[in-house]
Amino acid sequence: MEGPSSASQDWAIEVQGLTKSFGTHLALRGVDLMVRRGDYVVIFGPNGAGKTTLIKVLATIIKPSSGNVRVAGFNVRDSPVQSRRKIGVVSHQTFLYDNLTALENLKFYGRMYDVPNLEERIHEIITKVGLASCLHRQVRTLSRGMQQRLSIARAVLHRPSIMLLDEPETGLDQYATAMLREVLDVLSAGEGTVVMTTHRLEYGLKMGDHVAIMAEGRIAYSKSKQSLDVDSLRQTYYRLTGTAR
Amino acid sequence: MKKFLGKVLAILWKDILAELRTRDIVVSVLVFALLVIVIFNFAFEPERVGLVACGVLWVALTFAGVLGLSRSFVLEKDKGCLEGLMLCPVDGDVIYFGKMVGNLSFMLIVAIIVLPILFILFNLPIFRPELVLIVVLATIGFASVGTLFSALAVNTKAREIMLPMLFFPIVTPVIIAAVKASGIVLQGGSLSNLSIWLQVMAAFDIIFLVVSSLVFQFIIEE
Repeated sequence: MEGPSSASQDWAIEVQGLTKSFGTHLALRGVDLMVRRGDYVVIFGPNGAGKTTLIKVLATIIKPSSGNVRVAGFNVRDSPVQSRRKIGVVSHQTFLYDNLTALENLKFYGRMYDVPNLEERIHEIITKVGLASCLHRQVRTLSRGMQQRLSIARAVLHRPSIMLLDEPETGLDQYATAMLREVLDVLSAGEGTVVMTTHRLEYGLKMGDHVAIMAEGRIAYSKSKQSLDVDSLRQTYYRLTGTAR
Repeated sequence: MKKFLGKVLAILWKDILAELRTRDIVVSVLVFALLVIVIFNFAFEPERVGLVACGVLWVALTFAGVLGLSRSFVLEKDKGCLEGLMLCPVDGDVIYFGKMVGNLSFMLIVAIIVLPILFILFNLPIFRPELVLIVVLATIGFASVGTLFSALAVNTKAREIMLPMLFFPIVTPVIIAAVKASGIVLQGGSLSNLSIWLQVMAAFDIIFLVVSSLVFQFIIEE
């Protein structure tokens, strides 16, 4: 076990030469990605580019085959538990138990994360996501959009400083999209860091400060959003990923 | 240690709540175990039924147990809940013990219901404390190995076949010890004859609880 390195103080995420293989299939082929604390990075890429694998490695769900990965200053290979305390993950899967109520799901995850003043925190966060009236309903009775909002509540329950979002807009209703934006804005304002993957160029460009494009298991392009418009991003995306217009 | 126990209990609490809502595991396991006992009761002559009772008991409990164990991680796969668990800031052994204690509880509940019915149908002495100890030790063995292989099998396409194929060869020592020990108890054998089988089961439980908790992290990772 190790503490966060002093060299990592400015960086929320440091990825150098990351590879990940599943059997003979190489999903990540040397990814380099440095994300400063407080940055909002959006990663675009077609299906199979390696976006979800990258998010899973950063979330410590899967181990890298090679390369150096530090999240919140902790090496994900040696100190995954310490990294997880700092991470919140929203994915197209909700990680919620269908037969438990919204309250029971949040209580369960709250206990697993040692959230202090849990009841109070649950009340605060469930109000923020607009589900206070659904607290005692089983998750399976909630609509897809409501489940996704509850999933956002689950992800931010322990006040993570780094949010990893894997195509979070999937299944989100308009309210939930706006609410996600609000939650992430609050997080960014408090030095929170966000890494999001998406297919949707306009949506992603609107959300992030920095953009990156993944193609064939590598970061093929990385730029600050300031000097970028949707059309030039789209052209670059098509050129790098080889996808049809 | 307090935090470790708190998180193990949180997983157990979650599994019990889910089971109370669905009754998915206990009902299917219980029905199967009772069916086995009733069928065997009709299959043997009344005067020979007592001789095979311990075999019937362990056939019912082990096969029914596999049925329940195969469901254990299916709930976790739904909506990526296993990944949700893996995202929690806990080591793999916390998840393992949480799931193992849940499986153990469900199997013991089934045994508590099945045992009196077996005694009545097979006309056996109603309560033997030694038998309770045997059931507890054997069930810990089943749950310790079964939880590990259930997590392994849930990611395979043919998980219903994969789990028994992995599980039964490993738990054979416990099944043999449980059948032999139960036979001694039901035939009124001495405690010295019984102790060797109890030791086999206790040793198996300790070894597999330690080994399974150590390798569980690698099993769920990929």
